[in-house]
Amino acid sequence: MRIRVNGESREVDQASSLLDLLRQIGLEARNLAIEHNGEFVEDDRLGEVTLNEGDTLEIVRFVGGG
Amino acid sequence: MKPPVQFPPEIGTEGPRADAEGLPLRVNERPHRVAPGATLFQLRDRLKPDADVVILNGFPLAEDRPLAAGDEVVLIRRGEVPSPEELESLMVARHGPGVHARVKAARVGIAGCGGLGSAVAIALARTGVGHLLLVDFDVVEPSNLNRQQFFIDQIGLPKVDALRDNLLRMNPYVRTETRNLRLTARNIPETFAGCHVIAECFDDPTMKRDLTVAVRRDLPTIPLVTVSGIAGYGPADSIRVRRIFRNVWLVGDTETAAAPGRGLLAPRVAVAAGQQANVVLRLLLGEEGEGSGRRESDPVEEG
Repeated sequence: MRIRVNGESREVDQASSLLDLLRQIGLEARNLAIEHNGEFVEDDRLGEVTLNEGDTLEIVRFVGGG
Repeated sequence: MKPPVQFPPEIGTEGPRADAEGLPLRVNERPHRVAPGATLFQLRDRLKPDADVVILNGFPLAEDRPLAAGDEVVLIRRGEVPSPEELESLMVARHGPGVHARVKAARVGIAGCGGLGSAVAIALARTGVGHLLLVDFDVVEPSNLNRQQFFIDQIGLPKVDALRDNLLRMNPYVRTETRNLRLTARNIPETFAGCHVIAECFDDPTMKRDLTVAVRRDLPTIPLVTVSGIAGYGPADSIRVRRIFRNVWLVGDTETAAAPGRGLLAPRVAVAAGQQANVVLRLLLGEEGEGSGRRESDPVEEG
């Protein structure tokens, strides 16, 4: 199924969780801020959120430096 | 370029009323009237014949041209120390119309006064942003001086105090407010409530994340410009701006972390701070789309 991640279309397996997707794209689940269909996702719910066809994700990982 | 002030159409056109009153314009921020048909250089010759720089509506001109109603004229003589009343108007003479009044009314929060925060604050102070809230818990250290806008004789001073002193030497018309404290999810809302825009300028990635989450959740009407991925000496143009949430803009390449073997260097930090300050300015001017911080009371400019 296709979803949109940071504005770009992406193919993911059916019934993937958000945590599965993070593993798939190689993002460590630290210092993340994620919106799933416009709703903020708390860190402890990453494994519970199931992705559906057409979902929109905004995933930001903060790295140090300033 | 559109003048910031609109006059009734009968003033400034040919006719008995214009003859009687002259064309209304501003010279060095003061109201002035000239006869219809008067030119820029005639005005200079009458008011300040030794002026070296003649600026019309934010643009320096070497050629004469006719004046129109609503024009903003600034006459400057090199080396002359202007009076305090004149200084601020001369400092903003290159802003172009409409910018000064809007930024002067704005209050911007700077969360962290290191490499990003010191440079963002300087850019905004030079732009004439009226009120800057500077927040940091740290003191100036020698290792900061490779990229942060402080001086050797400021080592050991709280960063907020050192930065305030530096800003006031650049623009004494900026009101600064300093908070020497460590920001947490708990004190972020009360610290930044009342700001028109917030700039996230921390070094630590968890603090960056926590501020972004707190502002998104607790201050949803205040735009935040946050930063991630500015270390090293990779290409400057990989530092981009993206609107990530409704009230959050992200600056950076989103990947390049400061880490052992990959430091933070003045050029790329300056690029990121410049991007960040420019997004803050665009938000204050209502140029970043819906929800971008333009206030109802602000004057509206088409185009």
